[in-house]
Amino acid sequence: MTTAKLSKTGREPLSRRIWKARSSYLLMAPYFILFFFFTVLPVLMSVGLSFTHFNMLEPPEFIGWQNYIKLLLEDDIFIISLKNTLLFAVITGPISYFLCLLFAWIINEFKPKMRAFLTLIFYAPSITGNAYIVWNLILTGDRYGYLNGILLRLDIINEAVLWMKTENLILPVLIVVQLWLSLGTGFLAFLAGLQTVDKGMYEAAAIDGVKNRWQELWFVTLPAMRPQLMFGAVMQITMSFAVADISIYLAGNPSVNYAGATIITHLLDYGSTRLDMGYASAIATILFLLMVGTNKLVQRLLRRVGN
Amino acid sequence: MAQNVKLRRRFRIREKKLNRSMAGNALLFGLMIVCGIFMVLPLVMVVNNALKPIDEIFQFPPRIFVRNPTLSNFSDLFVLMNDTWVPFSRYILNTAIITLGGMLGHVIIASLAAYPLAKHEFPGKNILFYMVVLSMMFSWTVTQIPQYVIISWLGINNTYAALVLPAWSFGMGLYLMKQFMEQLPDSLIESARIAGASEWRIFWSIIMPNVKPAWLTLAIFQFQQMWGNTGSLFLRNEELKPLQFSLLQITAGGVARAGVAAAVTFIIAAVPITFFLICQSSIMETMTTSGMKE
Repeated sequence: MTTAKLSKTGREPLSRRIWKARSSYLLMAPYFILFFFFTVLPVLMSVGLSFTHFNMLEPPEFIGWQNYIKLLLEDDIFIISLKNTLLFAVITGPISYFLCLLFAWIINEFKPKMRAFLTLIFYAPSITGNAYIVWNLILTGDRYGYLNGILLRLDIINEAVLWMKTENLILPVLIVVQLWLSLGTGFLAFLAGLQTVDKGMYEAAAIDGVKNRWQELWFVTLPAMRPQLMFGAVMQITMSFAVADISIYLAGNPSVNYAGATIITHLLDYGSTRLDMGYASAIATILFLLMVGTNKLVQRLLRRVGN
Repeated sequence: MAQNVKLRRRFRIREKKLNRSMAGNALLFGLMIVCGIFMVLPLVMVVNNALKPIDEIFQFPPRIFVRNPTLSNFSDLFVLMNDTWVPFSRYILNTAIITLGGMLGHVIIASLAAYPLAKHEFPGKNILFYMVVLSMMFSWTVTQIPQYVIISWLGINNTYAALVLPAWSFGMGLYLMKQFMEQLPDSLIESARIAGASEWRIFWSIIMPNVKPAWLTLAIFQFQQMWGNTGSLFLRNEELKPLQFSLLQITAGGVARAGVAAAVTFIIAAVPITFFLICQSSIMETMTTSGMKE
């Protein structure tokens, strides 16, 4: 009782307030010690190491901006992977966000049993983990592949397409697979958020002259679930920048002419294959800034929904 | 109230059919069916392939649905499991230790930290929570190199702890737990304090029993994370590697193992889906409080 009340007054010196709240700090200690070691420290180290030459064997050697200069001016593959990552993010980010919202919105119209079933169908791909390997069967490059088989039978194509070995097809196909995987936590948050919207607000809005479901969505539903919209945005943005596993598994690393390379596949190439940790840290730092920057920007935009 | 009913009758507003047009319904449900098929088809294939005899897997033209379902792929998988260099039960044990350890530890220490963040006032509260929110804005892949260095320093490389300890401090679990705890009434805690209960006691006997949906949610999300982890970055010893590693190893076996690979894919997908199914209602309840305040 004392901790909560006295600190609100804010009159006591800081040291007293910290001492009074010692039980709070004690409860938080285990989590935040680990959080420091495995999240805060790695971010700081990543930034620090990005200015060094470091191969895990010898101590890091400070080399200034050299890694960044090499990355941006000399490393053609980094530019390709940066371009691919941005394409992934710009396409799968907004589309998956919009689809999460759309499907949550439609599913919400159903009765509870049906709602639970549809939720499972749309959410399942994102939790099956490595089961995306089934796409390997669909995309097999000979006529035994499902997609080729169907397209051949329908006479849409004349010969089997090498989906994952054709430079121009790799990125679009990976984007489709990524969309399949992307109705995740954000989707659940939207579904839950829709159910918290007060039903009375819709009746009131109908009397106020809201004519159809689209107006209802924009004027009533979206503003009411803005907190969930912001949470979902964080989930979808972070996911859309982090594409790597599906690219490595389906297209290989390196993929044909690096058509499927993303910043993370490039990072893994330097970090775990070539053991050039300083350079890999520079790549990681750029990706970190991209992710956090985009998230901050979108949060700012979302505050305006319905205003 | 009576006025309301009259109004409703007059304008033909019924609660369920508020502002709904037939054309809109048709458009949306049509779109839903098309996308639903796209979402579910690969999973249908996973199930059917697992049940196909080997000649059907290599049939041309390929068929999605199985004609003569058999469990031979699964029995082949068991035969193969008995042949591996490390006994297969060992992989299952590893996965059990890693996922259970990761889930339990995370639920406990994230809840312990979430309680003060949700219900106490103290210096530094906002900045601590802000750091956790910030950590959800980038994926862990960004930090994996320094994480590797730190894990080597701590001397836990090539142990279960290398996978379990970082998982305990995932940001989203703490975030969801804190948001969920915030909606508990303060009066609940106040009356326990007046009765002389310690914070530790309040946490275990009042807070935890009241946030059951949230700890189930944290456990499931954590399970999904841990289940897909092959551990290949931190675990070198074959005897420490999780099930997922050896399963993916089997699927890389090429044409000769296509049938077994189909059975493996089924197991990889079925386990997390089953867990989600069991806990679905708790998860949805937790997600209602997931929103971010400005």
